[in-house]
Amino acid sequence: MIKMKEAFENKKAFIPFITGGDPSLDVTKKLLIALQEAGADLIEVGIPFSDPIAEGPVIQEADVRALAGGCTTDKLFDAIAEVQDQLHVPIVFMTYMNAVYTYGKERFMKRCVECGLSGIIVPDMPYEEKEELSGVCHKYGVELVSLIAPTSHDRIKRIAEEAEGFLYCVSSLGVTGVRKDITTNIKEMIDQVRETTDIPCAVGFGIATPKQAREMAEAADGAIVGSAIVKMIAEYGEDCVPYVADYVREMKAAVASA
Amino acid sequence: MSSKGRFGKYGGQFVPETLMNAVSELEEAYEKYKNDPEFNRELKDLLENYAGRPSLLYEAKKMSRDLGGAKIYLKREDLNHTGSHKINNVLGQVLLAKKMGKTRVIAETGAGQHGVATATAAALMDMECEVFMGEEDTKRQALNVYRMELLGAKVHPVTIGTMTLKDAVNETMREWAGRMDDTLYVLGSVMGPHPFPTIVRDFQKIIGREIKEQLMEREGKLPDAVIACVGGGSNSMGAFYEFIPDKEVRLIGCEAAGLGIDTEKHAATIARGTEGIFHGMKSLFCQNEDGQIAPVYSISAGLDYPGIGPEHAMLAAEGRAQYVPVTDEEAVQAFEYLSRIEGIIPAVESAHAVAYAMKLAPAMNKEQIIVVNISGRGDKDVAAIARYRGVQIYD
Repeated sequence: MIKMKEAFENKKAFIPFITGGDPSLDVTKKLLIALQEAGADLIEVGIPFSDPIAEGPVIQEADVRALAGGCTTDKLFDAIAEVQDQLHVPIVFMTYMNAVYTYGKERFMKRCVECGLSGIIVPDMPYEEKEELSGVCHKYGVELVSLIAPTSHDRIKRIAEEAEGFLYCVSSLGVTGVRKDITTNIKEMIDQVRETTDIPCAVGFGIATPKQAREMAEAADGAIVGSAIVKMIAEYGEDCVPYVADYVREMKAAVASA
Repeated sequence: MSSKGRFGKYGGQFVPETLMNAVSELEEAYEKYKNDPEFNRELKDLLENYAGRPSLLYEAKKMSRDLGGAKIYLKREDLNHTGSHKINNVLGQVLLAKKMGKTRVIAETGAGQHGVATATAAALMDMECEVFMGEEDTKRQALNVYRMELLGAKVHPVTIGTMTLKDAVNETMREWAGRMDDTLYVLGSVMGPHPFPTIVRDFQKIIGREIKEQLMEREGKLPDAVIACVGGGSNSMGAFYEFIPDKEVRLIGCEAAGLGIDTEKHAATIARGTEGIFHGMKSLFCQNEDGQIAPVYSISAGLDYPGIGPEHAMLAAEGRAQYVPVTDEEAVQAFEYLSRIEGIIPAVESAHAVAYAMKLAPAMNKEQIIVVNISGRGDKDVAAIARYRGVQIYD
């Protein structure tokens, strides 16, 4: 399995997010390869969930489309397995706790290993509940990504001490979605992390323009973009791949210039 | 660090990192105020002089005679201000919000009972109030939307998902994650992330405490059974909690079986749910094998929730409480029965508990006592029941 830190070696990372199965698993497979070719350093794939409480409307609607299109956790694993030989960047699942729990934690991690997934991000699993997954993740070598938010303050030290893969820095309050301005002092958050660890930090939530991506990558080690990409997928549907690839190339260039 | 707010293996605090400080702040505030004499004096004053507590424990003599078995008492939460048990919790939580220096409360609502109660408490305590309600429910309960607006609240229809209670909870959590400095989420049931299941239970346990005192005074003994309906589980937890150590008292929760638990149209979480982690808690949920939360159904919008509070999941696992499914048809019959025999129109939610009492009482003897919690009044349901019976009335 590819370790996430490879995505950050000697470079600033650009990390796109797509919802698995949106609008179809076929497009997901094509997107994974196209994103990699366009310069993605790590790719987040969301397991669609009926009730994604950390997402704004754009990704909520992607989840609705994916589920309506028949995407299941098993089918998504299978789709990734089909293209894993062509992928050399880390692939990471973004999944709500319930998908892992109901699938069976052991069984889920085993499938992650078989399908070449590097790790998982679980937005509704805070530090206090980490034990629910950390043991089984370690057993299978699946890295468990932690998140910090603008409200984390003195929690940052504890979280950073145990962080694996990379640290996901949530840029803003609220849910995922494109924002005109990111007002949080990201540099201050990262400085707090740096007091504890040198783990790579990538910033997500609200980033859509090359300018924002460059600014975030200047303050951190990478930028994560979800809703802006998912919006293009919603607009172009089955034909979205070249549009998304162009956008990712542009964003990667902006991040690389940081 | 280990997980907080566990009831056996259930409960916990499964919320995004962004919300962790907000739930911790609430927990600290609650720990500070729960034994604070001034806070408790103010709350007691509100409960007695605004909500009308204690609520009556009424001996339903005609009903007991008609069913020919156990003696039945009704705990009249329907007589509270705003017409249900929901006021007990919101007075506590909104007062707590005020003490925390918050100026704005947000809440989810299904049928509108919790939204109306929250809007009421917010009006009384000068708080801004915004209520999230599934668009489907805003149509079914248009009168309650107007009622909340009348009380000064802003109602946001939720237009994604099934557009019902679970989606309203999602949206309220999202709203809270975006604005917590001046805002407290006033959750309506014994569910969600810690500390909500504990806080809501503590503010509702007055129901069971009063039952115990009132029955001791009247009968000099404990009841043989306490029956209450269960959606998220706040009125039942409130009625049960004081009796948990009294092992001889049967605790019976009535779940909404809708069109039947062998159909897909029900909300019977204990009977048909499986373990999962959702809405901040590990508990039982109606969901598919992939963990996608199922659309649930009941004639009663207040029981139309795909999960159940974690303490109930524990009581069920331990066998301390028993949970039984009650169908729409049984609930409607009980709704009509109680109206005719005692002149009390119960909420259709509470009618689920009445329905089970009608089955249980004849199998018990005259020395035995059943207490049924009438969690709310049925005025809000009259039009829906009429339509169920083929009479086209709209409110």
